[in-house]
This record gives sequence, C-alpha cells and structure tokens, in this order.
Amino acid sequence: MRLKKLSLSLLAAAMVASIGTPAVAQDKKESDPTKEQFIPFLTYRSGPFAAGGSGTASGGEDYLALLNLRDGGINGIKLVWEECDFGYNTDRGVECYERLKARGLKGAPVIQPWSTGVTYALIERSLKDKIPLVSIGYGRTDATDGRVFPYVFPMITNYWNQSSAKLRYIAQLEGGEDKLEGMKIVNLHLKHPYGNETIPVWNKLAEKFGFEVTHIPVPWPGIDQKSLWLQVRQIQPKYVINRNWGVSCTVPLREAARIGFPRERIIGVWWCGSEEDVIPAGAAAKGYITAAFHAAGRDIPVIQEIFEVVYGQMKGNISAARVGSVYYNRGVVTAIVVTEAIRLAHTKYGVGPIGGEEMQWALENLDITEARIKEIGAEGLMPPTKISCFDHEGGGSVRFQQWDGSKWNMITGWIPPYKDLVREMIEASAAKYAKEKGITPRDCPPA
Amino acid sequence: MLFALEVAISGLLSGIMYSLVALGFVLIFKASGVFNFAQGAMVLCAALTFVRLLELGVPFWIAAGITLIVMMVLAVVIERIVLRPLVNQPLIILFMATIGLNFFLEGLAQGVWDAQVHGLQLGIDDLPWEPLANSTGMLISIFDLSAALICGVLVASLGVFFHKGRIGRALRAVADDHQAAMAVGIPLQHIWAIVWAAAGIVALVAGALWGQRLGVQFSISLVALKALPVLILGGLNSISGVIVGGLLIGAGEKLAEVYLGPIIGGGIENWFAYLLAMVFLLFKPYGLFGEEIIERV
Amino acid sequence: MLYREAGQFKTSYDADMAIFPIAQDRWGMIAIVVIAVVIIPLFTSDYIMGSLMIPFLIWGLSAIGLNILTGYAGQLSLGHGGFMAVGGFAAYNLAVRVPEIPILGTFIIAGLIAAAVGVVFGLPSLRIKGFYLAVTTLAAQFFIEWVFANFPWFTGGTMSMTLDTPSMVVFGYAIESTRDHYLLTLGIVLVLTLAAKNMVRSQLGRAWMAIRDMDVAAEVIGIRPLRTKLTAFAVSSFYAGVAGALYAFAFLKSLDITAYDLFRSFLVLFMIIIGGLGSILGSFLGAAFIILLPIFINVVAHNFSDQIKPDFITNAELMIFGGLIIFFLIVEPFGLARLWMTAKEKLRLWPFPH
Repeated sequence: MRLKKLSLSLLAAAMVASIGTPAVAQDKKESDPTKEQFIPFLTYRSGPFAAGGSGTASGGEDYLALLNLRDGGINGIKLVWEECDFGYNTDRGVECYERLKARGLKGAPVIQPWSTGVTYALIERSLKDKIPLVSIGYGRTDATDGRVFPYVFPMITNYWNQSSAKLRYIAQLEGGEDKLEGMKIVNLHLKHPYGNETIPVWNKLAEKFGFEVTHIPVPWPGIDQKSLWLQVRQIQPKYVINRNWGVSCTVPLREAARIGFPRERIIGVWWCGSEEDVIPAGAAAKGYITAAFHAAGRDIPVIQEIFEVVYGQMKGNISAARVGSVYYNRGVVTAIVVTEAIRLAHTKYGVGPIGGEEMQWALENLDITEARIKEIGAEGLMPPTKISCFDHEGGGSVRFQQWDGSKWNMITGWIPPYKDLVREMIEASAAKYAKEKGITPRDCPPA
Repeated sequence: MLFALEVAISGLLSGIMYSLVALGFVLIFKASGVFNFAQGAMVLCAALTFVRLLELGVPFWIAAGITLIVMMVLAVVIERIVLRPLVNQPLIILFMATIGLNFFLEGLAQGVWDAQVHGLQLGIDDLPWEPLANSTGMLISIFDLSAALICGVLVASLGVFFHKGRIGRALRAVADDHQAAMAVGIPLQHIWAIVWAAAGIVALVAGALWGQRLGVQFSISLVALKALPVLILGGLNSISGVIVGGLLIGAGEKLAEVYLGPIIGGGIENWFAYLLAMVFLLFKPYGLFGEEIIERV
Repeated sequence: MLYREAGQFKTSYDADMAIFPIAQDRWGMIAIVVIAVVIIPLFTSDYIMGSLMIPFLIWGLSAIGLNILTGYAGQLSLGHGGFMAVGGFAAYNLAVRVPEIPILGTFIIAGLIAAAVGVVFGLPSLRIKGFYLAVTTLAAQFFIEWVFANFPWFTGGTMSMTLDTPSMVVFGYAIESTRDHYLLTLGIVLVLTLAAKNMVRSQLGRAWMAIRDMDVAAEVIGIRPLRTKLTAFAVSSFYAGVAGALYAFAFLKSLDITAYDLFRSFLVLFMIIIGGLGSILGSFLGAAFIILLPIFINVVAHNFSDQIKPDFITNAELMIFGGLIIFFLIVEPFGLARLWMTAKEKLRLWPFPH
C-alpha cells in the first residue's frame, strides 16, 4: 500500500512537472533571438535504422557547429538547432515537425524528414505552413516538378534519375546501350513504399531498351532472403539492383556469396551504400557497387576541418570514428545546401534569421557552383547544384562507388541519368497530382 | 525437381535458425507460463555484449564466458526486480512486464554499447559445401549446416537438463504447477533465475549465429518475429517441438515463396509462415507437441 | 469531503442504471467534456490539438476497440493495426471512388468493412486460445499489410503507395484547420465511446465477459460462443477501422501502409494492459501513457541536450519508458484505471478514513 501511495504522489508530481517544464525550457537560454538562426533536425538514433539516422543528423549538426566555432555562424548569425528523435515512425515524425516548426524568431526555415513516410505526410503541411521540405536523395520523386510542388525540394538527385543513371552505368560496363537488349536485370526491392518507388521507371526503361526486368519483393525486415536468391539463381540475371534499407541491404551480399553471384554485378541504392551495410557481410561484400551522390572519407578538406575544429573542442555529436563515414558525409552535404541557401537569403532579405517563405525563394534560386564548393572545402564531396522553379532537383547525376573490403572507392565520374525520359514521367505524375488536388501549376521557364 | 529439393533443404536450414530463437521463448514459457516478449531484446543484448568485447580485443572464448556471466547476472536481476513482485499475478500482466523489460533492455544494450552495426566473424564460412555442390549442383552453406548442428546439440543438452538430476526434476515440477511446487518446498525464485539464465545462454548462441549473418545490430531482435510461428506450431512448452516447428515453417515458407510467390505477387513469406502455423493449430490448438489444457466447468 | 455520496438516493430504476451513478462523477465527466469541447479548442495551440490531442483520441478509440475484444471478451489479438489499416484504406478508396457518400458515412462504411475482415480473422478464435491465438492473429496483421502493399488497386494505382487523403466536408462545412480536425475527431470519439460504454453494460457485454471468464461454462449456461466471439471481433474491428480512417484523414493526412505496421498492433495492446483490461477509462489512460509519455520524456530529455550526447538521450528515453511500464505493473497490476479506482475509494473517505 505504501508503494501505491508513493506512486500516486509520483504521478501527481509528474503532472505538475509536465506543466512546469515547458516554461522552464523556454526561458532557459538567454540569448538574442534576432541573432540566431534555428534549424530543426529530425532523426532516429536507436532502432533498426540507427546507423542512417545518427550519421546524417550528426554530420549536419557538426557542420553547423563548425560554422559557429570557426566563423561565428553565418554572417554573424549564430546557428542553433534542436533534435527530435522520431524512431522512424511516421506519426512521431509528424509530431516532431509540429513541435519544431515554430521555434526561432521566424520559425523553422526548412524541414528534412529523412524518411519516405514522413516526407509524404508533410507535403501538405509544409505547403500550408510555408516551410520548404528538403529531401536530399530520397522522398517524393515527382516533386521535382517545382511548378506543382513549390515547397518540396528532392534535391541533388531523386530515385528515378538514380535508377536511370544505374542503367546508363550498366550500359557503359557492357559497352553500349545496344548491348542492353535481351539482358536480364533483377530489381530486388523492399516491399514497402520506398522500395516500390522505382518499379515504374524500371518498367519504362525496360520497354525502351528491350531488357527484361524482374521485380522481386523483399518482405520487411528481410533478414532471411534465401528463397529470393534461389529465384535469382533460376532467373540468372546479369545484374541485380539492391534497393533495400537497413539490414535488408546486407543480407543480399551474403546470399550472393552463397550462390556464387559476383558482387561486382550487384548495384545498390545509396541507402544500401554505407559502411554499416557492408561491414557485417565481411568478405562477401568485396566488389559490391552502389550509387552515390557524394563522396565518403575523411580526406575531404571540410570533413577534415570539422574533425579538427569541432572534435578538437569536444563539441562533436557522434563518436569520432564515424566522422567521414557515408551517412555522416551525407549529413554534411545537406547542411551545406541548407546553409548556402541561408546565405543566399541574407543577400535578398538582409542578415538575420530566415523564415520558411524566404528560404523557399533562396532554395529555388540556389546555385552552388564548382568554385563555391571549392571555397567551402567540399571539393569532390558533392556535385554542383543549380535549382530552379522548374526543376527542384538541380542535378541528377550519380557516381558509383565500390567496396574494396575496407573502404568505399569512387570508380566513376558523374554519370547523367536519362533525364528526358524521367522528366516526362515526373511531369505526368505531377500533373496527375495537381489535377487531384486542384492545384494550378505555377508558370516557370524550363531551365 | 532437384531445385525443389534444394529450396526445401534451404528452408529446413533456415527453419533451424528460427528454432534457435524460439527455444528461448519455450524455456521461459515452460518454467513460468510467461510469454517472454523480451527474448528478442535479450538476443540483442547478448550479441552486442559479445561483439563489443571482441572488438575490445578480448579473446573469443573469454568474451563468450564474460557474456554468459553478464546474461546470468541479468537473469538474476530480472527475477529479483521484475518477476518476484509479480508472482501469482495473471499471465498477461507478466507478459506486459516483459514488454517493459523489452524496451528497457533495448535502451540499455544500445546505451551501454551503441546503436551501430558491428561485424562478427565466428570463423565459419557462409559458403556452399563444395562436395555437395560439385556432385549435385545444390548450394548448401556450411554455415547453415553448422548452425543446425549447434542447434541440435543445444536442444539435446537442454532436454537432458530438464529431465535429469535434481534441478531437472524441480524444473519440471515448476513447469507443471507453480503453487504445488512451492508447497513442497521448491524455491521458485531460484528455478526462475536458472531458467532465465538458460534463456540468456540460448540468446547468446542465437545472437552470435544471427550476428555473423546479419551483423550485430538492432535488427537481430526482429528475428523474434520469425520465431513466433515456429513457436506456436511446435507448442509453447515443448523443447523438441521447436525443432519440428522450425523445419515445417522453414520449408513451408521457402517453398511457398518460390512457387506461390511469383504467381500472387511475391514477398509472401512473412504471412505465409503464420498462416501455415494457423492451419496446423486449427487441428491441434496447442501446437504439435504442446501440452493440452483440459477445461472443465 | 468533496467526494461524498451521502444523500444521493436512487429513486428509480433508470437512476440505478445510469452510467455515472454518483453526482460528482457526472459533474467531473461534464467538466472533462466541456474542457475537451470548449476550453482546448479555444485556448490551446495547434501543436497541442493537432499533435497531442488528435493522436491521443484516435489511439484511445482504437484501444477501446481492442479492449472490447481482449479486456471484455478475453480474446488476445495482435492484428489490431491490420484492422486499422483496413479502415484507413477502405475510407480512402470510398472517398476517392465514391465521393458522393458524405465523409461520416464513409467512416462508418470503412468501419463496417474492417468489421467484416475482423470477423473472418476471428474465426480461428473458436478453436485457438490464449497466446496461441495472439500469435495467430499476427497472420492477419502481416497478410493485410501484404495485400495493401501488393495490389496497386488499393492505392489508386500509384507505385509509391503513399497517398494524400482527400479533403473532408461535414454537413457542408469544410474541415480545414487543425481545430476542425480536432473537433471532428472528438465528436466521433465521444459518440463511439458512449456507445462502447453502453454496449459493455448490455446483454452483449455480459455475454462477452462470461466468455472471457470461462468460455466452456458460458456455453453451458446458454451463451453461444460462435456468435459472441465473432461479435466481439466485429465490434472491435469496427472501432479499429474507424480509428484507422481517422488516423489517416484527421492526423497524418496521408495514407501509407507503414503507418499501420506491426508495432502499432503491439502499442494498442500495451495501452489496454497498462490502462486496464476491461475498462473504457483505462483505454484512454493507456493511450495517454503510451502515446503522450514518450513525447513528454523526449521533451524533458532535450532540456539536457547541452550536457548529454544525443545518442544517449534516445536510449535513456527507452529505458525510462520501459522502467515506468514495469514500475506501474508492480504497483498496480490491473492498470491505471484501477489506480484511479483506488484513489477514488480513498477520496470517498477522505479526510476521515476510519
């Protein structure tokens, strides 16, 4: 009974505390809100996809920390951020967005969900709240058509372009597009919205180039894929596309080793192209190729600088060993894009905190040139990107990297996608969306 | 035909891997009637501890020994803090307590070590067994065969443990009827601690074998989902049942995926395993080897 | 003192059968409804309404559904997320393909479709019991997930399978702001909660409880197990279906099969066990515990983000959450609803307990 009493009083205390805490939280930091730029981070640091979530969030935060420590922020505006861990659950992701969207003087300038489900759930919300939804390397492909989706930015490269770039790479390996005819390709994809996303583009490409594509779905979580690889063995494809996420990326490498399928002919999506995906497979992963839109490694100047400055002052957000890993660098790339857009917004709206609407203009006029990339110290890390109102992707080219047993090596330059074909599909899909929603597409000049 | 045989054999071997995880559930259910939701988290805990010790440079067997000790200590702590205050509560409450335990252990394991992916090599190659591959063309992995062997040894020794000697008798008495066992002076607490420790050992073996295949990471706790149909098909309290259940589920789901999957859309393994178990249960509601409960009014 | 029922006499059968026989309870309930209907929409932010209250209400509704099945009729189920998905996808397809039906009608039909699916997957419950049944119902969860992922018809032909829900109009009034969504959800939840409360007090509810307590004995005294168990599955799935539809339409505003995954099924089960099996109030208390507590822990923990590594915070959250579940079970194995009952008993005597 004593325990019961205790717990009742604890419950009461918790209630009182819950009313009190937010108030405490708000006036905890005494700082000038007009000199601070807030940036929200949605992440997942625990659970099956922790490698991706913790790497990307920490990379982004560390880059912001570098700007703060080295330059005192952007043009004297200090960068502040808050993390919200949603555990890769769509509902918690939406809650995180709602919690963070109004922080800072002008609210969140940008939101990056790092999850397909959350991206979709936020498309309408972000439009209503006028906060740009930036999904670099994932998200809704047809949002590339900025005329229909003014507030969604699937930047640098989207899934459909990536898939077509993979095909161009395969054609290169085979010695020409004419060699594709009659070839067999297996698209091993997670049976999941994200996994299914590229089925139409592969079908379209197969139609155009006359190869044969078989879609083999992987049931989540895909920890045992023996039966699927027995099917692969029967089909005898030339290439296998590994479009999975988390542990289901690793299993195919083991299975391939088991049936003797060469890993050089498995081509993965970039969410299957991190150290975390290949290390567990050990020797079985050697030779495996994945697409990439940024480089890995610590020898890039800006990563080196983060390591020296941020970790030198013990301000890092992750164990130092992971600095320079694939997911970490991906986080840095996205932070560079966001901070460059903030810089651009300063030129138009004056130096100060930037809100969502101002950020939308900046993102739509963003042009990260080769020279600017060099200035940042991100040479070789990321491709030049030029966004327009017509094209919210601003790139589309993809490189390919190969695992040599200890690290990822870039094995190609930037390979362009079949942009016309993909753009046509994107416009058709976006037009359908616009019709359903009664949106009148904006008038933008084609870039 | 040979291909069908190969599918069936790989299925049987996959099934054995599922049995390994199901075994932990059975042990605890048998001794305490509790459906231990935290078994997956225990697998994660054991595997993470083991792999991190290896990474710190501890030799293989010493690391295994330390992990065993950790799992035993964990068992004693769980018994003392979670189970003892809940003795004689309805089973669903104990079930819920293991759910709380599940969250706690997930946080603890990932908090103490980390939430990253770790490679684990046990020194068994996951490559086809060559004599068989050369003679018949079937590609059966040495790793799978070894895992099956390990699982067989584990089941046999647990069977002996449950049937011979003082502890074995006490275990069976507790499994039969808690209150009667307590009445004749069997220390329920000790027995529970022993059973949870045994489940911890099973979790370590399962964690190590699955860890070599998938890498030690959070996802190995999801193996529990594959173990559940095996568990109910074999019977919640039958040790030998998990082997039979594993073989049936493994072969059934692989054959279905390869032959039925392409016709109706593929990716059917998950629900097919459960459906298969359900069909069996319609005829034997307590699993193939589970203890039948006779209800009287 | 405040909670004394002395002087309250029941003078008619109607009064004896009232939902809240004690005046204070009645007033308390009215106060809660007034707060929910008037105070919250007028004085709180969109964040509280849209991100805390709406999911809380929807999960509470879903938990009532499972509580009817598990708490009242004694059938353990882990397929609840799947039935919610049926409701969500049915409502979407009805709203898009047959826009003539008013949205409330759509929700009801979606609930009925979920109920039909629930009955089909409830059939094995006649043979299979306890944890065996729980694991068997996972077949429903996985199968339903697979169906919606496999056949593009359900997702309007799109391959990415994630959809925006259409906008809603109720009696000519367009549901646009967060407040509208909140009030719509609240209205539906209130009506269905009242219906559930009355159902479990009716002949049907008593039949469920008889089956729960001992199905063989119930059969002997003339309760038909087939009908009783299947009505429990039907009603439970109806609630799940409506909750699933609301979850897509009023909360996420997108429809995506991964939002109804296996983990949701577990969550609902956690809610009713923590809240209290066989209690309508418990369903809401459990929903608050499972849905709001992690958010609360998350908010509090982030006040310490300056001092502690973010990795550690996430894992500490899990540990605190798990620890609290165990703590509450040890303190009160019969759930938060029972804790409230205990408190009430004390209040009745307070301040003179002897």
